Amino acid sequence: MPVFLLSSKFHNLQELRHSASLVTKVFIQRDYSEGTVCRFQTKFPSELDNRIERTLLEETVKTLNSYYAEAEKIGGQSYLEGCLACATAYIIFLCMETRYEKVLRKISGYIQEQNEKIYAPRGLLLTDPIERGMRVLEISLFEDRGSGGSSPSSSMSSGSSAR
Amino acid sequence: MSAVMITRKVRKWEKLPGKNTFCCDGRVMMARQKGVFYLTLFLIVGTCSLFFAFECPYLAVHLSPAIPVFAAVLFLFVMAMLLRTSFSDPGVLPRALPEEATFIEMEIEAANGNVPAGQRPPPRIRNVQINNQIVKLKYCYTCKIFRPPRASHCSICDNCVDRFDHHCPWVGNCVGKRNYRYFYLFTLSLSLLTIYIFTFDIVHVVMRSVDNGFLNTLKETPGTVLEVLVCFFTLWSVVGLTGFHTYLISLNQTTNEDIKGSWSGKNRIQNPYSHKNIIKNCCEVLCGPTYPSVLDRRGLMQEDSPVSTTCTAPPSSSSIAAPQTTVSTDTNAAPSSFTHTNSKVDQGCEAQNNEYRADIKESCNQLYRVLERRKNVCVKRRAISCVSTYCSCLYPFLIVQLNETAFLRSTNIYVISHLCSKPKKYLHILNNAVPKSLSSMLLTIIQTLQVVSVTLLRFL
Repeated sequence: MPVFLLSSKFHNLQELRHSASLVTKVFIQRDYSEGTVCRFQTKFPSELDNRIERTLLEETVKTLNSYYAEAEKIGGQSYLEGCLACATAYIIFLCMETRYEKVLRKISGYIQEQNEKIYAPRGLLLTDPIERGMRVLEISLFEDRGSGGSSPSSSMSSGSSAR
Repeated sequence: MSAVMITRKVRKWEKLPGKNTFCCDGRVMMARQKGVFYLTLFLIVGTCSLFFAFECPYLAVHLSPAIPVFAAVLFLFVMAMLLRTSFSDPGVLPRALPEEATFIEMEIEAANGNVPAGQRPPPRIRNVQINNQIVKLKYCYTCKIFRPPRASHCSICDNCVDRFDHHCPWVGNCVGKRNYRYFYLFTLSLSLLTIYIFTFDIVHVVMRSVDNGFLNTLKETPGTVLEVLVCFFTLWSVVGLTGFHTYLISLNQTTNEDIKGSWSGKNRIQNPYSHKNIIKNCCEVLCGPTYPSVLDRRGLMQEDSPVSTTCTAPPSSSSIAAPQTTVSTDTNAAPSSFTHTNSKVDQGCEAQNNEYRADIKESCNQLYRVLERRKNVCVKRRAISCVSTYCSCLYPFLIVQLNETAFLRSTNIYVISHLCSKPKKYLHILNNAVPKSLSSMLLTIIQTLQVVSVTLLRFL
């Protein structure tokens, strides 16, 4: 795995939030070429050129797209769920979780995991699209606040992460 | 003036823009005008109760007990669908946060290039190809987003709604992606219920007329006439609406697209969302996934509300040489109570004004207690009336804006509490600290009253 110059600065999400300052936000828009299904563009934003490899981001976006496609798939299970719910006048949704909600939980877990493993060490943070109305995938770019003290902070951070 | 930020937790629905009303702490979401919705409820519940009261006993006995049971089931289904349509989020798209809006603006400007001065910039449209069809995405100036395909901005609710069908006043809500199937099932079940009640009303009247005669039947069950009337007029509208929506569903179109003629077929434009198969289209709309709400109405968020405190609370009470010790202790009490109540101040001018009035009252009481110790009753009375005139002059100015209220409050409490000593000092403060927006007349009144009351008190 190639090591980036900035990867030594941030070791976990908490450190990112405490010691970093927000530089800018990049928004990955929806891809409507296949209709109104929830899909995000796999086009790589130019602002992230020196922050993260293309393949990693593409992989994340593709996985997210596959999760959303699974949630919105119209097949046997969705018909069954729909007919059962209709027969009970949709009261069953008070007790049961819909398939879409289950997938959304999986997605938020996946994004959390991706943030911890891949994005936070590079000073980036993904925001779950559902918090932005499923319109955009927001990527926040952070930079270390103390520009001069990179080595002591990294030694401190390595000490804290070693705990 | 310093500002203290009070953070408190609020539910997100309290801060949502748009013209919706929320009930049950954000669980229920409706449009603002609910009058027609109450009419719908009244008509449905009223007609059904008349049916259960007048027709059902007879029909249960003479035909079958299943009739009222089935009517009850149908009625409950209709009510469930109606409430579900009315109370749920139709698929509102949240507005863009400032960073996203700026990002989109930058993209638009980059796409437009340099527009020569004096020329209007081109309309904000994005072209997307869906199923070999070019679809134009329009920019919403209110929500600051490019609307997804099939979304539209509802001017009544002031929201962009995904897969916007129409705003239904009968239901008191927009009909969009999330509640379209409930709306359709409501119209369908209501049509069935109307036909059912109408049919059995006729059956009941016929059966009873055979025994008793037509006029007697109507006299015995007066509700029947009302029911038949309501059902007759409802039938035409609701059955027609159900038929129209069945047609739209089979073509996978929305009412909005149908009205605008988006896919009417001219210029070889076809609906890119249709599966070209009626059954597939119906299944997608009615049995598709249940989309979650992206609004998160009941989530908690921090809200910072600024509370202005004033720096004109007495810098040092010791510098004021009060002629009586009671006054100085009272002045110690007044500012401390003032700052204490100030920290409790709620948002809104009204709450501040009320506290302000309470403070003035308290200070007046203190002054009255001080004046009571004076021996000369006549002068005392005159002094008290002076002070009360002074206070009442200022009451109209309580309606003045927030920042001025705080200022007025501090100066008044100062003035009232320290009328017995160092009047010139307060005049000086007033001269320097009065904001420009206060009218000079107010200043003159304050100064005149102060001088007069102080002069009177000097003669005691």
